[in-house]
Amino acid sequence: MIKLFRRLCLAWLAPALYAPLAWADDAPAAALTAPAVIGADKISAGDTAWMLTSTALVLMMCVPGLALFYGGMVRKKNVLATLMQSFACTCVVTLLWWLIGYSWAFTPGNGFIGGASRALFEGVTFIHGDASSTLSVSHLAPTIPETVYLMFQMTFAIITPALIAGAFADRMKFSAMLVFVSAWSLLVYAPIAHMVWEPTGWLNAAGVLDYAGGTVVHINAGVAGLASCLVLGKRLGYGRERMQPHNLTLTLIGASLLWVGWFGFNAGSAVAADGRAGMAMLTTQMATGAAALGWMFSEWVSKGKPSVLGIASGAVAGLVAVTPASGFVGPSAAVVIGIAAGVICYFAATSLKHWFGYDDSLDAFGVHGIGGIVGALLTGVFVSKQISGMDGSLLTQLKGVATTVIYGFVVSFAILKIIDMTIGLRVTEEQEREGLDISLHGESIE
Amino acid sequence: MKLVTAIIKPFKLDDVRKAISDVGVQGITVTEVRGFGRQRGHTEIYRGAEYVVEFVPKTKIEIAVENALVEPVIDAIHKTAQTGKVGDGKIFVFELTQVVRIRTGERDGSAI
Repeated sequence: MIKLFRRLCLAWLAPALYAPLAWADDAPAAALTAPAVIGADKISAGDTAWMLTSTALVLMMCVPGLALFYGGMVRKKNVLATLMQSFACTCVVTLLWWLIGYSWAFTPGNGFIGGASRALFEGVTFIHGDASSTLSVSHLAPTIPETVYLMFQMTFAIITPALIAGAFADRMKFSAMLVFVSAWSLLVYAPIAHMVWEPTGWLNAAGVLDYAGGTVVHINAGVAGLASCLVLGKRLGYGRERMQPHNLTLTLIGASLLWVGWFGFNAGSAVAADGRAGMAMLTTQMATGAAALGWMFSEWVSKGKPSVLGIASGAVAGLVAVTPASGFVGPSAAVVIGIAAGVICYFAATSLKHWFGYDDSLDAFGVHGIGGIVGALLTGVFVSKQISGMDGSLLTQLKGVATTVIYGFVVSFAILKIIDMTIGLRVTEEQEREGLDISLHGESIE
Repeated sequence: MKLVTAIIKPFKLDDVRKAISDVGVQGITVTEVRGFGRQRGHTEIYRGAEYVVEFVPKTKIEIAVENALVEPVIDAIHKTAQTGKVGDGKIFVFELTQVVRIRTGERDGSAI
């Protein structure tokens, strides 16, 4: 506020001196169609501060949030291996994002993939100047430095493949997981993110609404999870041996960190510290509370007791479902989306997988895939023109869902099959029996 | 001398310990154990997957006592560990042939 006041005063007192700057100010920021270098004075301090915060919150969702959420749900012999998957995924995707991922996802290109101009973060700059500094911005976020925008998007790219691990927990080789995450991040995540979020992407041009990643992150990860549990097969002893979670305290802490971090995910997707960010935060909270209760009561009625794992799972299902809608709908619509997600995901995670007989160990597909689809479709139903300024339709949303499901499933399936035929996907029977902690990492917890 | 072994509900341990020290017992050994009797196990449900827990957690206490104390000890455990529901546990009494206090080498009566 003070800064703005000072700038206005200076512009009024010394119009001649500030004429070139004032002229630059008149150029509409929305005109950018590709990353560009601009004067640092056009950066919003408020937006930048919130996006720096959001970036840290989203990273916290993956480590330690998701790591603990999943780590508590596996058997004790696999807990370190499960934590390791989230942590290693964070490190690998960081480097891939630098290599080419960011460029393929968020620079202009064709309808399916972006260009290579930002490979190795080429052109991402901040140049200090005594009079005025300059820096690069993304055309998708012209009020914050490109460094902050690409970091924010990097944390999304990190958590998405980490989510898939819930489906293949307890049985994938660590080496195979590293290869799978790398290939998937570049061949599935980057193109889908480009198609949905970059203005030259064909789904973006078609009007598909995905506020914070319902299709790009959750449907995408859920479907890849389904492909991986189909290719890998069931865990040894599935359905006959005891596989109950070893420590639901960790799971509840993880779910809570996800919940808090999700405000960075959804309210951060406004890419500004503004009214839309506030609305996204509110709808996120409403949907999560409603979904947690939706799952809890479904379970209470059908199985007799309201469980801790149930309420935590319901909260995550609500967070997932409100993700595509959060900046586009009002709080009452968010409650409806939440209840729908809680009830439908409950049946997906408890009945659907038993009917079809696949072993989605920690329900990556049941919660993220199904929750993402529920949210993406309901976004088309509940989108408010007043809030979003956009028109949505169920049919357009269906196009986005179908594209992600088909593309994501086919490419994930192919990557997994190739890994299986070359270096092998699954640990040996002996390693699986012994537990991945000791057999893959040489460590164990007591 | 006798060795009195009792399997009780874990939450009754404090009451039992107090009752038997009141009748003059100097020391006991406590172990956490699992087992089943007439009390069946229970079912746990995680995201729709049901697991039957067949062995119920119990607490085992072992007390070496002089013959004169056997009845008061049995009586104390019986009264304090009882809830009247299945799963209250059992008391077993064994002959004890020798006791040695390791620190001093004392035997039998003076070692208890």
